[in-house]
Amino acid sequence: MIEATSTATQPRRAARPALEQGRLTWGGLVLMACAVLIYLFLYLPIAILVLFSFTRDQFGVRWTGFTLDWYTRLFANERLMGATVNTLYVALVSTIVATVLGTLLAMALERYRFRGRNSVDTLIYLPIVIPEIVMAVALLAFSALAFDLIRLLTGETLRRSLTTVIIGHIAFSVSFVVVVVRTSLKNFDRRLEEAAADLGANSWNIFWRVTFPLILPGIIGGALLAFTLSLDDFIISLFLSGPGTSLLPVEVYNKVRRAVTPEINAISTLMLALSITLVVLSQSVQRRQ
Amino acid sequence: MTLNALERERQRRERRTLAALLTPGLLWLILFFALPLVIILVYSFMTNGPRGNIVWQFTLGNYVDLFTRSIYFNAYLRSIWISVLTTVICLVLGYPLALFIVRQPPRWRTVLLFLVLIPFWTNFLVRIYAWQIILANNGLINSALRSLGLPPLTLLNTEGATLLGLVYGELPFMVLPIYAALDRFDFTLMEAAADLGASKRRAFWRVMLPMTMPGVAAGSVLVFIPTIGQFVVSELLGGAKVDYLGNLIQRLFLRSNPPNWPLGSAMAMAMMLVLLALILIYFRTTTEEDR
Repeated sequence: MIEATSTATQPRRAARPALEQGRLTWGGLVLMACAVLIYLFLYLPIAILVLFSFTRDQFGVRWTGFTLDWYTRLFANERLMGATVNTLYVALVSTIVATVLGTLLAMALERYRFRGRNSVDTLIYLPIVIPEIVMAVALLAFSALAFDLIRLLTGETLRRSLTTVIIGHIAFSVSFVVVVVRTSLKNFDRRLEEAAADLGANSWNIFWRVTFPLILPGIIGGALLAFTLSLDDFIISLFLSGPGTSLLPVEVYNKVRRAVTPEINAISTLMLALSITLVVLSQSVQRRQ
Repeated sequence: MTLNALERERQRRERRTLAALLTPGLLWLILFFALPLVIILVYSFMTNGPRGNIVWQFTLGNYVDLFTRSIYFNAYLRSIWISVLTTVICLVLGYPLALFIVRQPPRWRTVLLFLVLIPFWTNFLVRIYAWQIILANNGLINSALRSLGLPPLTLLNTEGATLLGLVYGELPFMVLPIYAALDRFDFTLMEAAADLGASKRRAFWRVMLPMTMPGVAAGSVLVFIPTIGQFVVSELLGGAKVDYLGNLIQRLFLRSNPPNWPLGSAMAMAMMLVLLALILIYFRTTTEEDR
């Protein structure tokens, strides 16, 4: 999937045969109509959500005039603000750890041949293809067991907290970082490293002066993806956060389950803006590569 | 002799580097991914205690319950069914969209693809929530109907709404792999097929679709997997009227009093069973270079 998006963002520049371009056919028109409808389907709900974050209507489902009240109310809501800070903290820490671990694993898999390489490969891809709820319950069961064990051994009582959420987020985002960084290592011209070695650089210098700068866009791309995955994650956050720790997606879920409110429209709009910023960033990084 | 020693030294250093690269990430995945899965596999064969504690006594009862008690088994079948349905609908919508994008001039292609990427990166919960505003009893569609003097419809809290939400949520995951496959497809082959007398329809079914099958397969797996485990969409849009496997697992682990982790674990394992079958099919039908 990730490889698909990265190749997809570098469209082949080769000219297509004249038949494929610029000639309007019935088939082409039908296809275009389909595409327009699907884009409408994708964007209409989002547009409505944004629009209704500015409505005066207290139920947030009708347009009764413009207001910014819901946004000011949002920033005054300490619980939501606390959840936002928690979410950003979890995303930041898990992104840093996942990026480091993922980059190292990608280097090992792309540069070395060793026994058990296929098993390692499988282990890394599994978190991507396993339903998140399975991972969430597995981590919940694991943490409960681990806490019991710690209490038995040290007498210390641990509870689920932001730390357990961070551990869970790292466990799935490492795999995504590996996929993205591996793609940029694959496109990498190994001769540059050989040239540096011929010029007398040692392997440490080769890595930091040649390899790292060239795969940096891939690493940043992986980190941005890990950050987004963590920010958006709801299922693992729900299962692994303790009773006292609140995370933004969990808060939104708990509110949304009750009813539509303009306040939720407003926070959703802000989350949307953040996602768009992140995707723009990741695209511009990949284009530079 | 010295050359040999040098070579040995080089190999030793290489092994050390490899170990340093592999160890931290692998340890993390083994400890916080593989081991937890093993634990729920074991739990799925254990007995649930009266207070929701795990009693370390082997039983097949959880699996027997899952496959014989209709509330559980129906949820299982329902999950598989809605995942198949979602995947097929996403395919029917996603393929034409990917085809349309790939046939645009490069500059447009980038923009159109970007428009598919945005939902892909946007919070799933937020996108599902957006439909509540539209479908609610006092929502957009019903206010429109009312202002036209028509009777309101029950749109939210239906299974149709669940399906709609799932298709909406997963569609980008279908479009992107198919786009990647179509981007690699050589469209002159379609001309060749036409020159040889094939109709457009025939050329599509016999040339284009088979050659872009890896994208279709990848997209289908990416849509199917999150759908079979979903519980959010059926709660937010389906009103939790009927249970899917995900709803049951969530309840058994978090909400029931007492909880029943062994049964929930068995359900998670049953879900993995479906996926295992799916992934086996995927590997059987595609070759190494396709993936």
